[in-house]
Amino acid sequence: MSGVFSPTRAKIKERTLRTDKWWLQPAITFGVLISFVIYATFRAFENKYYFSEPLVSPFYSPCLSTSCIEGSSPLGQPFNNEYFGIGISPALLILIFPLGFRMTCYYYRKAYYRAFWMSPPACAVAEPHTKYTGETRAPLILQNGHRWFFYFGLIFNVLLTYDAIIAFRDEEGHWGHMSVGTLVLLLNATLLWLYSLSCHTCRHTLGGRLKHFSKHPVRYKLWSWVSVLNHKHPTFAWISLFGVAFADIYVRNVASGAWTNFYFF
Amino acid sequence: MARKLKMRIWRGDADNGGLQDVTVEANEGEVVLDVIHRVQATQMGDLAVRWNCKAGKCGSCSMEINGKPRLACMTQVASYGDEETITVTPLRAFPVIKDLVTDVSFNYRKAMEIPSYEPPANLKPGEARMEQVDVERSQEFRKCIECFLCQDTCHVIRDHEENKKSFAGPRFFIRIAELDMHPLDTLKNRKQKAQEEHGLGMCNITKCCTEVCPEHIRITDNAIIPMKERVVDVKYDPLRWLGTKIRKREGIV
Amino acid sequence: MTNLERHSYDVVVIGAGGAGLRAAVEAREAGLRVAIICKSLFGKAHTVMAEGGAAASMGNVNDNDNWQVHFRDTMRGGKFLNHYRMAELHAKESPDRIWELEQWGALFDRTAEGKISQRNFGGHEYPRLAHVGDRTGLELIRTMQQRIVALQQKDGKTYASMESHLKVFPELTVTEIIKEDGKVAGVYGYWRETGAEVLFEAPAVIIATGGVGKTFKITSNSWEGTGDGHALALKAGANLVDMEFLQFHPTGMVWPPSVRGILVTESVRGEGGVLTNTNGERFMFKYIPDVFKDKYADNEEEADRWYTDQDNNRRPPELLPRDEVARAINTEVKAGRGTEHGGVFLDVSKRLTAEVIKKRLPSMWHQFYELAGVDITKEPMEVGPTCHYVMGGVEVEPDTAAAVGVPGLFAAGEVAGGMHGSNRLGGNSLSDLLVFGRRAGMGAAEYVKGAKAVAVSEASIKAAADRIEAPFTRSGGENSYSLHAELQEITHNLVGIIRTGSELKEAIEKIAEIRKRSANVSVAGGRKFNPGFHLAFDLDNMLLVAESTAKSAISREESRGGHTRDDFPQLDNKWRQINHIASFDGNVVSVRKQELPALPKELFDLFDVHELEKYMTPEEIAKGGAR
Ligand SMILES: Cc1cc2nc3c(=O)[nH]c(=O)nc-3n(C[C@H](O)[C@H](O)[C@H](O)COP(=O)(O)OP(=O)(O)OC[C@H]3O[C@@H](n4cnc5c(N)ncnc54)[C@H](O)[C@@H]3O)c2cc1C
Ligand code: SF4
Ligand code: SF4
Ligand code: FES
Ligand code: FES
Repeated sequence: MSGVFSPTRAKIKERTLRTDKWWLQPAITFGVLISFVIYATFRAFENKYYFSEPLVSPFYSPCLSTSCIEGSSPLGQPFNNEYFGIGISPALLILIFPLGFRMTCYYYRKAYYRAFWMSPPACAVAEPHTKYTGETRAPLILQNGHRWFFYFGLIFNVLLTYDAIIAFRDEEGHWGHMSVGTLVLLLNATLLWLYSLSCHTCRHTLGGRLKHFSKHPVRYKLWSWVSVLNHKHPTFAWISLFGVAFADIYVRNVASGAWTNFYFF
Repeated sequence: MARKLKMRIWRGDADNGGLQDVTVEANEGEVVLDVIHRVQATQMGDLAVRWNCKAGKCGSCSMEINGKPRLACMTQVASYGDEETITVTPLRAFPVIKDLVTDVSFNYRKAMEIPSYEPPANLKPGEARMEQVDVERSQEFRKCIECFLCQDTCHVIRDHEENKKSFAGPRFFIRIAELDMHPLDTLKNRKQKAQEEHGLGMCNITKCCTEVCPEHIRITDNAIIPMKERVVDVKYDPLRWLGTKIRKREGIV
Repeated sequence: MTNLERHSYDVVVIGAGGAGLRAAVEAREAGLRVAIICKSLFGKAHTVMAEGGAAASMGNVNDNDNWQVHFRDTMRGGKFLNHYRMAELHAKESPDRIWELEQWGALFDRTAEGKISQRNFGGHEYPRLAHVGDRTGLELIRTMQQRIVALQQKDGKTYASMESHLKVFPELTVTEIIKEDGKVAGVYGYWRETGAEVLFEAPAVIIATGGVGKTFKITSNSWEGTGDGHALALKAGANLVDMEFLQFHPTGMVWPPSVRGILVTESVRGEGGVLTNTNGERFMFKYIPDVFKDKYADNEEEADRWYTDQDNNRRPPELLPRDEVARAINTEVKAGRGTEHGGVFLDVSKRLTAEVIKKRLPSMWHQFYELAGVDITKEPMEVGPTCHYVMGGVEVEPDTAAAVGVPGLFAAGEVAGGMHGSNRLGGNSLSDLLVFGRRAGMGAAEYVKGAKAVAVSEASIKAAADRIEAPFTRSGGENSYSLHAELQEITHNLVGIIRTGSELKEAIEKIAEIRKRSANVSVAGGRKFNPGFHLAFDLDNMLLVAESTAKSAISREESRGGHTRDDFPQLDNKWRQINHIASFDGNVVSVRKQELPALPKELFDLFDVHELEKYMTPEEIAKGGAR
């Protein structure tokens, strides 16, 4: 018997006396994250419908493998798609990074530790584990590497912003056009920037690590702005996730011919 | 408007105890502590409860109300439904002494383990100059009234008695952050100690401490995560680590 | 008793508020072994509730300020009944005590130059209160608490244990100061948690137990304010000086009933809060007494200008000393111009933006929002007088804080008398705690050097133990909760903010009667953390305090500061020369008159003679201060 049932504690048999719907939040988180993971996995292995001039799905950008559809690889195709005789979807090469970024994100950590690991499922609700060491050992000590994923995340933001910009072309590659797809990619890039800029590591790097704000007025200003965004980091984390998924769904449907990409001009 | 309020109050001590039903009058505007006092004055003269200020300033009246760690003096009876039974128990992370009173000495022991403030050696009284922007971060943490609700709710110790020896808890993470961000503090190894001795790495930033803090201190976002980042600077980031070796200083001025 | 828990120390400090902790730090730094005892947990003492700030003439905001100005303000506020030497020491030493806190890690709000910021408060000529938002007391107590820990850590490096030379005993109530051969020998008490008894042997005891507010029905004080130290000192043979003077803070919450009395900090007025009655009239202009006419604005325009230009305008009358404002509100309410709940309106929402209010008065915003459902950035607050502070207290030697008449006994903080005269200025208490807490620590250290520890006799132990056991041996006696409620009713109605001779007489009789009944209190339940049992002891102390107050009040036939007599409404300069000294013979409290020491020449000369004429008799003026 440990935790709230330890011998010295008040003898109460319930693991929580909370009367509100404390299980709702973790249940929703669980549902949404699981759905995303399933969809993303399916898409990562699907290996088609990710490009429809000028739109690239964020799941496949930048497409770096020799198997990529022509036009979807602005950075070239340095990787062979066959390793050890197995065909690898080009998405797998890049999804690692956004995945790592989100997996080590301070906010997502909270969300999945609660919803998946139930450590704890909700505040003042006893968790089911008998042992707990937090983030002090492998593998969880690797969470401390969040900043590296953050830097990679920034590179991806630049690339996805590039994708949104080249979407100001028509199907023949002429500039000066705009479609629903342009908006979708633009929105996706914006949300990703908001997510990254509101990141705790970003806040720390820009100014949080300083001891004297007064000696670094510019960084203090930046820190203050990022602090405002940081307040909303969980919100950005969710809507940017939906943004990515939606951008992919949109491109997939256009590429498969199910939807037509409507051009405003 | 007085009404009859149904309550369940945990009574007992370390050996035995359970929830007891009582019905008590509650008046408009009253907080849970008021009705507990009424129970005490009229029905259970020896009901043990801690309190001092009755204004949310001293952090004495911490207990769990309908399962949530709260200050009884800042919890309005009216925030519960008319038909709802209010259940009050002692804090469940600490050893119970009697009724609603627990032994919170764990926290005072931890307080003694945190290295104290170290001003510059040659600074004379009255000569300190600090800018408001430089003290504000630490001031947020000094709002703490030591109610220990954050400590109570933190699963690291609430659910794992054995972690108590190696984990200082959110209250003391904000104390460490306060000192590390103090513009005049000179002690160098607070970050390393936070990780190696005070158990910062045990925290999995699930934010329950922030949820319950009656002073609305943003414990996780403003103290724990920044401290984790500072720890990465000195322990897990080879580039930064190299930088500090070359420039021979830890934080940045 | 063979299995009695015993400790022996050089100094025992009763009380872990600002005064007690400061005394303990000083005594420990002087090399002594020190015990700190307190009724609640460490860091929860009353001091934690102080909001506005600590007064010290650092001159950071207005450099015209200096100790002389602070001294003058303090004397005026106390209507010249203060012990001049205490007021002098206090004014001179406060800045050092505040700077010392900063050395220990306190983070006060800053000025643009990076110095400690100071704010305006009632009765202070210049912005003088060092503060942290509106939680200054918390900062003070936490800093002291952390200073204690720092000293313990230092001891831990030198000795085997961190607590070997300085230890806190929380949740322990002292019930007796034990004397042997006329000298202090130790204290006796019980652990609240278990009810087990404890003896501390020590040649020096410092009382720092704070105030008496719980004797009254409506008060800003917590349950701890039961006047224990006042009673312990009386019983140990010390005197209480000027117990008739109680400060009713003008602005306590009045609605809802459960929060009645909780303090609304004076900073609300310092930051521009305005008092109005139900007719919308800003009534304070009607209540500026003659002695203050040249310092306070008599029209709204000038009062408003003062907030931006303090050098060329007189201050708004909302910032008059507390006794004046409390009486004014009382009069307005009695005249039917109060709110339905018996208060008046206090409004900051018109002068300050919501953002500024939340920044400068965060806990007030919080308090009203959570407890009363009032958003003070939009609506006015309802306020009325609440019993807040006792000016009277243990008679001490100003320089050493030694209690007059009892070798080895010291007192500092709210429990000590004399410093504030008939009325305390806001902010002067926190600095008082530091100045005289330190002096008590020094005084005790000095005394211990020359004193031998006296062993506590078995007879004394038995007497103390019997007293604790008594309520358990009775059954079917009186209930301490209801006796307490009766006492509060009496003090509230008969010894309250406005007093008359006949009511005071009635009060004295009724208090005596309750005291008789209290000898018959019985307690249900066991010894373990039993609030009913705790209250039985507190009640005893409150009764002694109430008796001292009522008896001093009936004797003083004038109105001054925190003592207002309907039948003697005027300030009487002859009474200014008189202190009341209460003492206790084991049965009843008796009160005698004692002459106030005359102001020495150098302090006398700090004042304009015309001002002194308002307070002193012509003969005193003619003498021109003592040489
Ligand atoms: C709401 C409020 C706001 C205030 N604001 C201000 C302000 O802004 N500025 C200012 O200068 N002043 C202010 N004051 C006044 C000031 O806070 C008090 O006068 C001061 O804190 C008293 O300090 P103290 O050290 O004398 O005693 P306290 O802080 O009251 O401490 C008393 C200690 O004695 C202990 N004790 C008592 N009896 C016993 C016993 N029998 N056995 C063992 N221990 C015992 C208690 O446990 C406690 O630790 C305010 C007061 C209140 C109530
Ligand atoms: S965020 Fe960390 S410290 Fe706070 S409750 Fe969760 S695990 Fe504990
Ligand atoms: S941080 Fe908040 S919850 Fe924790 S002890 Fe301080 S006030 Fe209480
Ligand atoms: S991305 Fe969430 S904290 Fe960095
Ligand atoms: S009694 Fe002080 S916080 Fe509740």
